Amino acid sequence: MSTPAEAAPLRRTLPRVTDRFALAGAVLIALIALAALLAPWIAPYPPDEVNPFDSLRAPDGAHWFGTDAAGRDVFSRVLYGGRTSLFIAVTVLAVSATAGVLLGVVAGYAGGWVRDVIMRVTDVFLAFPALLLSVALAVVLRPSVTTVIVAIAVTWWPWYARLSASMAASIATRPYVDAARCLGVPAHMIILRHVLPNSLTPVLVQVSLDAGGVILTAAALSYLGLGAQEPTAEWGLMVEQGQTLFTTNWWVVTFPGLAILLTAFAFNVLGEGLRNALDPRRIVT
Amino acid sequence: MIEVRDLRVSYGGRTVARVPELDVAPGECVAIVGESGSGKSTTLLSLLGLTEGAEVSGRIRVAGVDVTAASPAELRAIRGARVALVMQSPQAALSPTTRLGTLMRRALKLHRVGDAERVMTEAVRAVMLDPAILRRYPHEISGGQAQRFAIALAVALGAEAILADEPTSALDVTVQAEVAAVLRGLCAERGLALLLVSHDLALVSTIADRVLVMRDGEVVESGPAARVLAEPAHPYTRELLEALP
Repeated sequence: MSTPAEAAPLRRTLPRVTDRFALAGAVLIALIALAALLAPWIAPYPPDEVNPFDSLRAPDGAHWFGTDAAGRDVFSRVLYGGRTSLFIAVTVLAVSATAGVLLGVVAGYAGGWVRDVIMRVTDVFLAFPALLLSVALAVVLRPSVTTVIVAIAVTWWPWYARLSASMAASIATRPYVDAARCLGVPAHMIILRHVLPNSLTPVLVQVSLDAGGVILTAAALSYLGLGAQEPTAEWGLMVEQGQTLFTTNWWVVTFPGLAILLTAFAFNVLGEGLRNALDPRRIVT
Repeated sequence: MIEVRDLRVSYGGRTVARVPELDVAPGECVAIVGESGSGKSTTLLSLLGLTEGAEVSGRIRVAGVDVTAASPAELRAIRGARVALVMQSPQAALSPTTRLGTLMRRALKLHRVGDAERVMTEAVRAVMLDPAILRRYPHEISGGQAQRFAIALAVALGAEAILADEPTSALDVTVQAEVAAVLRGLCAERGLALLLVSHDLALVSTIADRVLVMRDGEVVESGPAARVLAEPAHPYTRELLEALP
């Protein structure tokens, strides 16, 4: 065990290196989010302005990313599509992480039959392949952005429940939880103040790693015609519409595809960076 | 403060600790000594009703509460506020995401102690710590500081008794002496009852008034520390003493 005097300089130097990855990811995400948010002001054309005389024009000075079959500006639609895709990702992750973590932490800390009940329900959801369950749900509900959000959130939360249940179970045996019990702290306060904050780090990392996955799943559902519908600008839908034109008009499918790739990549870089930066072994040497 | 009669703690029919009689008066320090697995820690935890899954029989009165008959809420009310537990690994006993001051403030609020800021500063000073430590996180302090903070928490909450489970075994020799001095001082000046569990006979000889020697869950010898350590009656006590460096 090293003394704090030795540990301090180590903490000052080590995280800097890997934190750059997290920072790079965060900056990239911020730029993408900013572009999506400011779409109404920076997009050169309205996203659904149809112009039959300008259909399928290659990228040039007037249309940076070209135009699609209906003559709509692809650059403007990629910007607006980011709003839909990021909205889906943020909503899905917020809903499923909140539900999953709350259930998981309670299950992990309580143990016994409480854990058994919660985890068996979780296992049932885990038993379905995520995309398949999403497809089934999207078919039952009407295809729309809301459907996509519900469908993905329903298949996504069990992973967070499982992750936080195992974290909470290990935290529950830590001496500081015993210490809290010795201080007469009631169970719900122990969960809220000790188990929850101390099991949050891996969840945070997982959330940022998952953001890319959610965007891709949403894109896949839209691509299958089960998500966002015309004329909504959404990256997955745009890829679906552009794919048949790939050999003749490559830009229609390429730019929204690149947008998905770049966003998923940025979130993954952030997740990896966070994983390294928040590694407790680096904080307590 | 602490009054135990015919205590028996067993897990699934196997008795792990049997203590016929154990009393700790205010201002007194009693030590339970013995090697690992002799039932000392179990005895300590049973006093706060913290032996989960164990059958506990006998009479345990701590701070006027009958522990074996008390409800969970009654037990929570005495834990920390009237009887504090100081653990072996001081840093592991502090939640890594919480500042020391926040932790102490919450504990005071939980047990409805008013005038928190003044109480906190005084308690921290009482264990020879700088109040600036309240702004630190657990990984920013040393083991000795963490242990003294745990004792400060007991002081702040106005505990009348401290149960200490191997409070110095995870610390450096010089730091051990500091922590021992703080505990000794609290007994003498504030009249706290101290029940110490330790296998460190050097520590026991400096702070304990009375000693219970336990082996395999049984008390083999008890009496004033000076007598037991100078003229041990039981062969096991002599063995322990001979093992001293």
